[in-house]
Amino acid sequence: MSPVNYLYLAALLFTIGAVGVLIRRNAIVVFMCIELMLNACNLALVAFSRMHGNLDGQIIAFFTMVVAAAEVVVGLAIIVSLFRSRHSASVDDASLMKL
Amino acid sequence: MENLIALLVAAPLLGAAVLLCGGRRLDRSGHWLGTVLAAASFVIGVVLFLDMLGRSADDRALHQHLFSWIPVEGFQADIAFQLDQLSMTFVLLITGVGTLIHVYSIAYMEHDERRRRFFGYLNLFLAAMLLLVIADNYLLLYFGWEGVGLASYLLIGFWQHKPSAATAAKKAFLVNRVGDIGLSIAIMLMFTTFGTFAFGPVLSSVGETGEGTLTAIGLMLLLAACGKSAQVPLQSWLGDAMEGPTPVSALIHAATMVTAGVYLIVRSGAIFNAAPNAQLAVVVVGAVTLLFGAIVGCAKDDIKKALAGSTMSQIGYMILAAGLGPIGYVFAIMHLVTHGFFKAGLFLGAGSVMHGMNDEVDMRKYGGLRTYMPVTFVTFGLGYLAIIGFPGLSGFFSKDKIIESAFAKGGAEGWILGGVALLGAAITAFYMTRVMLMTFFGEKRWQPDAEGQPPHPHESPKSMTIPMVILAFGSVFAGGFFSIGDRFLNWLEPVTGYDHGHAPISAATVTGATVVVLLIGVFLAWAMYGRRPVPVTAPRGSLLTRAARRDLLQDDFNHVVLVRGGEHLTRSLVYVDHTLVDGVVNGTAASVGGLSGRLRKLQNGYARSYAVSMFGGTAVLIAVTLLMRAV
Repeated sequence: MSPVNYLYLAALLFTIGAVGVLIRRNAIVVFMCIELMLNACNLALVAFSRMHGNLDGQIIAFFTMVVAAAEVVVGLAIIVSLFRSRHSASVDDASLMKL
Repeated sequence: MENLIALLVAAPLLGAAVLLCGGRRLDRSGHWLGTVLAAASFVIGVVLFLDMLGRSADDRALHQHLFSWIPVEGFQADIAFQLDQLSMTFVLLITGVGTLIHVYSIAYMEHDERRRRFFGYLNLFLAAMLLLVIADNYLLLYFGWEGVGLASYLLIGFWQHKPSAATAAKKAFLVNRVGDIGLSIAIMLMFTTFGTFAFGPVLSSVGETGEGTLTAIGLMLLLAACGKSAQVPLQSWLGDAMEGPTPVSALIHAATMVTAGVYLIVRSGAIFNAAPNAQLAVVVVGAVTLLFGAIVGCAKDDIKKALAGSTMSQIGYMILAAGLGPIGYVFAIMHLVTHGFFKAGLFLGAGSVMHGMNDEVDMRKYGGLRTYMPVTFVTFGLGYLAIIGFPGLSGFFSKDKIIESAFAKGGAEGWILGGVALLGAAITAFYMTRVMLMTFFGEKRWQPDAEGQPPHPHESPKSMTIPMVILAFGSVFAGGFFSIGDRFLNWLEPVTGYDHGHAPISAATVTGATVVVLLIGVFLAWAMYGRRPVPVTAPRGSLLTRAARRDLLQDDFNHVVLVRGGEHLTRSLVYVDHTLVDGVVNGTAASVGGLSGRLRKLQNGYARSYAVSMFGGTAVLIAVTLLMRAV
């Protein structure tokens, strides 16, 4: 099976994630869509790694996972405290940071 | 002997310090202290003079280095004095006339409760003026120059409770400032050109300098001289300066300070000799002022202002002579000295008349005073004969020499200058005869003063008449004494140099012409003011008379050109500032503000709209990158 198909899948996943970030209001869903985009990237990296026959792509994928894990911790904490104070997880409700 | 030079300045300076800081306990004795110290300065001057006479002509200059004033690498300013024949002449004139006027002031200011302060200022003036003439560099001269300006300001405004006096003092100070700027620029030019401002090095290295620089220095020195000596175009302050007490007018605004400009030009002779254009400017200023002052003097009814016009005119003669170069330097100084005698005498006489006439200054309210004030009449009369150049008296010798020198300039210039000087002599005879006739002859036109008291003219006390008598002696004999055997010429020639010039007509012809125009002037004045009664209220007069009464419109000119012009200039500058400068600054601020007002809308707080711009931006970047690749 050609590695190019993995790239198509990665592009598809990334697009789904991006559209999800843009159109969904629920912070948890937005967050999951971000994770989806990250994993789409990981898939592309691993696919390229396979195509080029070296391990650089895979190493970067590991880094991405580590960063994503850290991000989840911080992000979920923010969402929880946001929900506590506003009783809603909608990202549009949290629109106080404006001029 | 040279150690005495500093004492010349120190004596009056000490007097000024003691009198001005001493307080009221000196009120009863202060004037004596001031007079004694002025006299002490005169005695020191005479001692130095006798010592100087004992040496040969080339060995007469004395130098004294007191201390380093500003000792900086490359900028050496010293308090150092130079006493040569030129300075000596001034020292004797200043201290001699100054002492006489101190004596005169004792009685003249007797009823003034601020007499002590007056003497303090007079001593301050003497110190500054002496410093000016014995300085051995231009910077120290400038110090003295500013000092006499300050003393002049303080003394013109001595009766500061009168608004006119306070204004006149301010006017004199401000107009002088314009001239002082000229002197300071000249000194800076000298420093950048020669690297020093001591007389010796500056004047001896003139030969190695370009004419353009020398012309610039010369013109700036001329500007300075115009301010201090009340020459056109900076002449307007002198008439108003007569608001000061009469001894001040006699000492500062007739005999000494106003001649500082002549001193400056003669002292800087080497510079002017090498810059013919600057010299031409000097003679033009002299010739114009000579006629200007004389015409103003003809129309004034205020005795002191008539004399002020005359001072301006006589200094015009001196500046004219100084502008002639080596032909005229000696005679400029000679006229300066004789003028110091007779003009101081005339002013003291005018003061004596005012003293007896309840401080009335309008000559139309005098008349017939000769029998009431015989001493004043005789001394004033001798001063009068001297100033119009009556043969045999001081003014005759000195003024005649200047007219001869003007002709000796040669060419068309010589004829024009000589003609102007002759015309000036005629007008001088006219206005001085007018003053004489209106004051001492004719019927009594006395008017009661403000309190209704009719004046009781009386002769002034001895301490006023004695200085007048001494000055009258000077007015009569000084010119003859100087001229016999060319004494004054031989005395000053080592310092100023001398050149005969090319006289197109003989000296005897010039002298004859001078006497003829003199008689014409006297006759005209007699026909107008001696033969007919003088009206108490001034007639309307011709256009020229009215203009001359208003000082030939000099104040109007200054008002229209300088005041109005300055106002228009500031107004247009303010307009440009408001529209252009503020417009650019405010416009920049407004457009940045408006732009950010629009940009601010992007910051709406919706995380998803930020995400759109992020994705959009990324998409654009990728599209651009791909397009670039394709191309």
